[in-house]
Amino acid sequence: MTLIHILIFTLLVSALVLTASQRWRRWSLFIISLVSVYWLQPAVSLRQFSFWFPTASIGLTVIAWLVTRHRERGLSREDLTALLFTALLPLLLSLSRFLPEGWQLTASRPPSIYLVVIVGSILVILGFVGEWLAKWSRLMSVLLGVVVIGVFIVLKIETLSVWTSSLLRGVTGQSRNLAASTDLYWLGFSYIALRLLHVLRDYQSGRLPAVSFLDFLTFVLFFPAITAGPIDRVEKFSSKMQNAVAPTASEYLTGARRIVLGVFQKFVLADGLAIIALNSTNVAMTRSVPWLWVLVFAFSLRLYFDFSGYTDVAVGIGQISGIQLPENFDRPYFKTNIGTFWNSWHMTLANWFRAYVFNPLTRALRKGRLKMNSALIILIGQLVTMTLIGLWHGVTWNFVLWGLWHAVGLFIHNRWAVFLNARRDRIPSAFYTSKAMRAVSLVLTFNFVALGWVWFALPSVQMSWETLIRMFGGIR
Amino acid sequence: MTETQRVEKGVMNISWGFIWRVLLKAFVLFAAINIVYALFNPLPVLGRLSFYNVLFPGRLRLPYGDDPDRSFNITLSHLDAMFAAHEIQSTEKSEEEFRILVIGDSSVWGFLLEPTQTLSAQINQSEIITEDGRTVRAYNLGYPTMSVTKDLLILERGLLNHPDLIIWLVTLESLPKVSQLDSPFLQLNPDRTRELITRYALDLDPEDERFENSTFWNRTIIGQRRELAQLFKLQMLGVLWSGSGVDHEIPETYNERLEDLPADLDFHNFMPGDLNTNELAFDMLEAGVQAAGDIPVVFINEPVFISEGENSDIRYNFYYPRWAYDFYRQELQSQAAGRGWDYADLWDAMPSTEFTDSAIHYTPLGSRILAQDIIGVIKEFLQEP
Repeated sequence: MTLIHILIFTLLVSALVLTASQRWRRWSLFIISLVSVYWLQPAVSLRQFSFWFPTASIGLTVIAWLVTRHRERGLSREDLTALLFTALLPLLLSLSRFLPEGWQLTASRPPSIYLVVIVGSILVILGFVGEWLAKWSRLMSVLLGVVVIGVFIVLKIETLSVWTSSLLRGVTGQSRNLAASTDLYWLGFSYIALRLLHVLRDYQSGRLPAVSFLDFLTFVLFFPAITAGPIDRVEKFSSKMQNAVAPTASEYLTGARRIVLGVFQKFVLADGLAIIALNSTNVAMTRSVPWLWVLVFAFSLRLYFDFSGYTDVAVGIGQISGIQLPENFDRPYFKTNIGTFWNSWHMTLANWFRAYVFNPLTRALRKGRLKMNSALIILIGQLVTMTLIGLWHGVTWNFVLWGLWHAVGLFIHNRWAVFLNARRDRIPSAFYTSKAMRAVSLVLTFNFVALGWVWFALPSVQMSWETLIRMFGGIR
Repeated sequence: MTETQRVEKGVMNISWGFIWRVLLKAFVLFAAINIVYALFNPLPVLGRLSFYNVLFPGRLRLPYGDDPDRSFNITLSHLDAMFAAHEIQSTEKSEEEFRILVIGDSSVWGFLLEPTQTLSAQINQSEIITEDGRTVRAYNLGYPTMSVTKDLLILERGLLNHPDLIIWLVTLESLPKVSQLDSPFLQLNPDRTRELITRYALDLDPEDERFENSTFWNRTIIGQRRELAQLFKLQMLGVLWSGSGVDHEIPETYNERLEDLPADLDFHNFMPGDLNTNELAFDMLEAGVQAAGDIPVVFINEPVFISEGENSDIRYNFYYPRWAYDFYRQELQSQAAGRGWDYADLWDAMPSTEFTDSAIHYTPLGSRILAQDIIGVIKEFLQEP
């Protein structure tokens, strides 16, 4: 999101607060979310894909709702109206291709209406087939989950994304030689995927409540949270939509303050620190050890301010629109151990993986035939969970190692906590609560996290490893 | 407890009227701050505030760079900020120092050279001691645009740093009067440039339409947001400069200077016989001598690439047809003699193999060769009574 996006969203939502009734506010949030998917999608080199990527996001959301909806509830008039609007919007946008250059909502000229009608018809037929195969909806939810994960893998593995780009370039009549992974810049798919997987998984386990299409689509594509989260839960979001009342002046002010704070963090602090933050060019050029540490600390702060700033903007816009989004950060660099760090850093992502990976996995291991001690179960659970969190950021060895770094850190902390607990009666409580102990723990935790960012920030394992060695006075 | 404190503690119910008043006050305050800022115009003072020479070592050459992410450098127009980032501002000149300012274009700045390979750096590496025991210390004040008016502007500012000698490298491409104000650096410094034009009665248009004239709007914070961002960025880049010593991206490969040349006699739309003394900005050089006052100025005609390729009988290189360059050399020689300037003609002092991407950019070895020649000139100068 740019400053212009943030400003326009803030003004739009402020106008809503002042004018719209609760019912229309829900509809307005739905429409703004739908339209924003197209507006926020940046231009990509693949011809017309700044139209097709948002359309695909909407298409996947529609299919996910059709698959997981409570059929006994039937289709309400609201559902039908929202579905009709969702279907008409791409057609309407495709007509904008006849407007002068620069007047389109999408980053590039949309495709012809015939093409949109053909693709739309295929989707409608698929929808009817899906309805016809309603009794296999559980299987379809599994298939849809596989599709979502498959798309995610294609977008995150460079070789696959280049191959896919080459394929799509063939379809659009562009040069295959120019295919690049950046061609597949699909706005917000990482977050859309997690929201859809959460819904599909809850549906499979019978925990998914009935959600209207309007609330469902707004949940998946909610405009403040589409680019960088946070990741809410559908039942909570739907309840907020249903019960949303216009914010009071006090709530509005709190939200506005969050937006201003977020903009300052993102566009002043994070963008300022970005100049000196760790990257492959800086690290290759920097000759002295102390300055290398400065780059790493700058990256640590930059990443926090960038991400936390976006979250503040998202939560702030949510607040002024009457929707309280979950928090993502809680002063993570002031935590005294790696466990509490992960309870305060990208909290909604960590919660997602805790709910859908760590807990089911450790539960399965505990109940499994193979008898394992609890330490081993925790180790396996943390290794798998943190590796997957790493892979969610990108399918590279660096992200795997970053995940493992934290998994090992979490496990060591877990064992250390067990060790101290067992000796709690022999160690004076002042030892735990002393300011010195807190300070040492805080410094150790922050530095552990900061060193972990070396894997995260640099493009290759070798470069990261050499940087870590250099930071401790090793090789040049 | 104030109203704001009560709001922050959540003990006060806020009304929409309160928010409107806050917005109104914020707007009025913002407008007022901008107006006050524009009235006081603190940018010149802000430019002089610098972490360089305090937290970070001063740069060895003036800030210039198109891609800050790779060159760890930035192009800006604020002359005082540029000097504040330069090592010349690090300390007051000591009595043991013989200070030389080296002025000129990108060849002096050291395009495609590391900061320790430029002419000034090479001169310093020679550790010359004057007869009275002072150590010669050369400062690189070159800047990569071709205009002697730009050089004059930098020279004038450099005089505040108490030089003992000024070495000014010139070439024909910096001299045509028609192109003197082409440099964006001059266009973005209209007041200083006008001052020069007036003070030295230079034959340039003080109302050139390309000057970015100061208006009330562009003196506000909003109007100066780019300049302010540049100053901030320059300071942040000090971290990378300190850690790396890099201030210029030198690509592994580049397009080499043209060996085969077009059969073109044109020089800035002048054809043989058209170019005369009045078309060249020798008055800028004279203004530099005047500005320097008692401080001696040595002019050096910098080396240029001499092609032996196709059409080299017509042109020396991409920049110069032979007729124009020969005329210029002759004129510079006679102007120097007539006006009593110290002058050295080093136009062919470098082998053609030591030029890089243009007819005036050198390899590290080329820079060393030229530096040795300049050291010879300096020594000769120092021995003069």
